[in-house]
Amino acid sequence: MDFEVIINNLPLYLEGLWITLQLVVVSLVCGLFIAIPLGMLSAHRNYWIQFLPRLFIYCFRGTPLLVQMFLIYHGLGQFEAVRESLAWIILKEAYWCALIAFSLNTAAYTAEIIRGTIRQTPAGEIEVARSMGMSPLTQQRRIVLPSTFRRALPAYGNEVIFMLHGSALAGIITIVDLFGAAKIVNSRYFVPFESFITAGFFYLCVTFLIVGLFRLAENRWHAHLRPRQS
Amino acid sequence: MSKPAVVVEGLHKQYGSIEVIKGVSLTAHEHEVISILGSSGSGKSTLLRCINLLEIPTRGEITIHNELIRLKAGRSGLRVPSDRKQVERIRSRVAMVFQQFNLWSHMTVLQNVIEAPIHVLKVPKRQAIEEGEAFLERVGMYDRRDYYPAHLSGGEQQRTAIARALAINPSVMLFDEPTSALDPELVGEVLKVIRSLAEEGRTMLVVTHEMDFARDVSHKVLFLHQGKIESEGTPQAVFEESTSAPFQQFLARGAT
Repeated sequence: MDFEVIINNLPLYLEGLWITLQLVVVSLVCGLFIAIPLGMLSAHRNYWIQFLPRLFIYCFRGTPLLVQMFLIYHGLGQFEAVRESLAWIILKEAYWCALIAFSLNTAAYTAEIIRGTIRQTPAGEIEVARSMGMSPLTQQRRIVLPSTFRRALPAYGNEVIFMLHGSALAGIITIVDLFGAAKIVNSRYFVPFESFITAGFFYLCVTFLIVGLFRLAENRWHAHLRPRQS
Repeated sequence: MSKPAVVVEGLHKQYGSIEVIKGVSLTAHEHEVISILGSSGSGKSTLLRCINLLEIPTRGEITIHNELIRLKAGRSGLRVPSDRKQVERIRSRVAMVFQQFNLWSHMTVLQNVIEAPIHVLKVPKRQAIEEGEAFLERVGMYDRRDYYPAHLSGGEQQRTAIARALAINPSVMLFDEPTSALDPELVGEVLKVIRSLAEEGRTMLVVTHEMDFARDVSHKVLFLHQGKIESEGTPQAVFEESTSAPFQQFLARGAT
């Protein structure tokens, strides 16, 4: 085993880590912004309001992230209309394509978490809000969403970890993220074990960080679920 | 007698082909306590929920403090409120206490109590806290104001729910079997609170199985049977003099 190669290439790994973190954080933030209205609409009682959000969720959960990313990066460029449009400034860059694919993908999964959790809001808690004259919007804002947010935390923590690991796909379309860095080191020095275990180690560290953050969040927001401390 | 607070006229409620309430009329005057009795399925909870428009009556009219609740035919043929704002305004003056307490589980006791004053009635936060604490004092929950509902006994939860109802300063209070979900030894503490509210002259409609409460506290008793009022009158008139067979059966079953 030759870890000297790894040490010499640490700057490359750290740059990769930085790109991975960018991709994950930005797509999680964008995804969440898309997911909240999407989840609320797909939890709506009206079939017609549900329809489009659920179709979106179904398509993005129903196909592999890799396929979605290839479609956006390689697929769209096939059409001349796309290549000549303003959007091409963004769509010709692998980085932006990965970001778009990740955002839409995590939006779909997160929306599904939100939909399920909204649906499980205790009916009595909504009813009492109605009975006190709360408007539907205030009910959502004050009762349904805060309660949903708390109950969705553990499932969302899972989604964040999946997104981190899913982001390794970016390394396939020329982006030098953590996985991309490992690929470069491997191809230059042919040390597959050392190069990929190093990437694995970094992913493990970031996961550790995410788990810790969610533990803190649960301590803060799940006080009402803990057994009473005397 | 004082002015009418709640007037229900010819109320019918139908779910599909099943008619749960078949023409009920009642008047609750200000400062009056009405107990509504009946076996399960008699429509007593549905009647209460109609008064707060949690259920929309199929037919009939409801007037709260001389304000008729306007309903119109909806697209599906069922009636819907003509004016959502009116319904919300009336609901914010008619507080309801539920069998299952329905406290907001992610909020502390105090947060539960100040929620509606702040976000429905737009009371300034500081004032809402002050008043909320006074209501919690009133129901004996002040010391537990920072507890979450899951950390309270059933009786404590229900007393919190009563404080929460009081906090919107309601002109009418509806109680839907407030003690039915409680352990027997916790019923007393909740009834004591409800009794004290009755004594201060609040207008209340109480669906209950507590015969002693109905007999001692209420001014009027309604006995519902199969969606209709079977007997009504003062507690004395109903309990001592009613000859209705279903009511006698109901009492006999309750006594065992």
